[in-house]
Amino acid sequence: MSSDFYELGENYVKKLVSEGTRLDGRGFKEFREIKIETGVVEKAEGSARVTIGNTQVLVGVKMSLGDPYPDTPNEGVLIVNTELVPVASPTFEPGPPDENAIEISRVVDRGIRESKCIELEGLGVGEKVWIINVDIHVLDHDGNLIDASALGAIAALLDAKIPKYDENEEKILYGEPDRKLPVKDVPVAITIGKISGKLLVDTSLKEEAALEARLTVTTNSNGEIVAMQKGGKGAFTPEEIKEAVSISIEKGKEIRKLLGG
Amino acid sequence: MKAGAPEKLIIDGKRLDGRGIEEMREIEARIGVLKRADGSAFFRFGNTRALAAVYGPRQLHPKYLQDPKKALIRCKYNMAPFSSYERIRPGVSRRSIEISKILTEALSQVVFVEEFPRAAIDVFVEIIQADASTRCAALNAAALALADAGIPMKDLVSSCAAGKVDGEIILDVAGLEDNYGEVDMPVAMTPRDENIVLLQIDGILTKEEFEKALDLARKGCKKVYEAQKAALKEKYIEVDEDE
Repeated sequence: MSSDFYELGENYVKKLVSEGTRLDGRGFKEFREIKIETGVVEKAEGSARVTIGNTQVLVGVKMSLGDPYPDTPNEGVLIVNTELVPVASPTFEPGPPDENAIEISRVVDRGIRESKCIELEGLGVGEKVWIINVDIHVLDHDGNLIDASALGAIAALLDAKIPKYDENEEKILYGEPDRKLPVKDVPVAITIGKISGKLLVDTSLKEEAALEARLTVTTNSNGEIVAMQKGGKGAFTPEEIKEAVSISIEKGKEIRKLLGG
Repeated sequence: MKAGAPEKLIIDGKRLDGRGIEEMREIEARIGVLKRADGSAFFRFGNTRALAAVYGPRQLHPKYLQDPKKALIRCKYNMAPFSSYERIRPGVSRRSIEISKILTEALSQVVFVEEFPRAAIDVFVEIIQADASTRCAALNAAALALADAGIPMKDLVSSCAAGKVDGEIILDVAGLEDNYGEVDMPVAMTPRDENIVLLQIDGILTKEEFEKALDLARKGCKKVYEAQKAALKEKYIEVDEDE
């Protein structure tokens, strides 16, 4: 497809939004259909498949024993990694994570870490601690990858069980769950896009071509802000930021219900 | 025998997961499972799950790779980090590079590459969960994804593994058999002409055992083919079969 097509599409999206509608007829604060399935990969300690419209993300939690950070010797270690695998989009290529993948990892990581939803304290085994690898595998890209990834990550963590550890053999008994990973809060990331000066949630890929700027706000179960990330080349006014925060708190509550939180 | 191995992998003609010697695991095949890709498919042997997506024919970069006579097929095999008990480090490995190469070669046999000079047909396979025979599942999904993308093909590719466990020739190696069995032998065939487009062996077999294993794998590939055909028919129900 030529760049002209994208420009036309972009202008059409902008025109619609300025008239108060969207390509697929959704309201500005309306998500596409969200589906969450957990326990989809038996060999992972926790897993979740999240679809938001045609966007599909698979998240797996793998646990292993490793060295703690020197300043927190008895705390587990959280590592979030995102792969924009080439099945998901004609523009994704095999290879190490690019800046987009790294931004997703870091925004998701921040939401989980700063909400302190995982009780990392007490995840030590002798000198070692549990390393919690959250791997986000984006399978189908139709926009709003940050929200889908964050939702998949927390759903997979809520599903995760710590495997048994055989101290005599010094071996992790994968496939034999010992106890649930202690997760006590449910951070939810909501990304607000700005198009034609209007604020929208859950932008599709076509809409993202017309995106001026975006703001991801992660909130906890108390409706407090735990993390934020502004992205895109455009800017927000302070009023827009405040409105975006209100929208995120409200939508966060709705989506948290899908996780039983 | 390696440490930690069970004493026996076959007891009274039954395998540890209850299957008979020549019995395959449950097979599931579906196409059109991804929206963005030009073609996509999912294939499962028991707990082994593969997801394939096809992009193309599309412009091939870098340009020096372009062939004025035909399209270039590029298949990339990748394991999800959470697909195995031990986390798989993201990125390419010697293993994934080799598998990608043999999958590419197997698929290049069946696509009418002359139809798309200078183009690339990219086939990406993600192993969502690994429990032996991942390359076979990958190939089965890849062939279906190519068909789903509407790319003209001479035939499908159907693949499964035979092996040797406790001295017996078995079909569809899985679970502990993969770790402690004697031989793993993945085979892929074009189901109509029965041309072998992939064959590997890890382990010791006599000529007789090999022939038996190959014959068993052939039967397995037929079963895979039936599942692949059913998946295609389910989506393209209006297409008559000329057989």
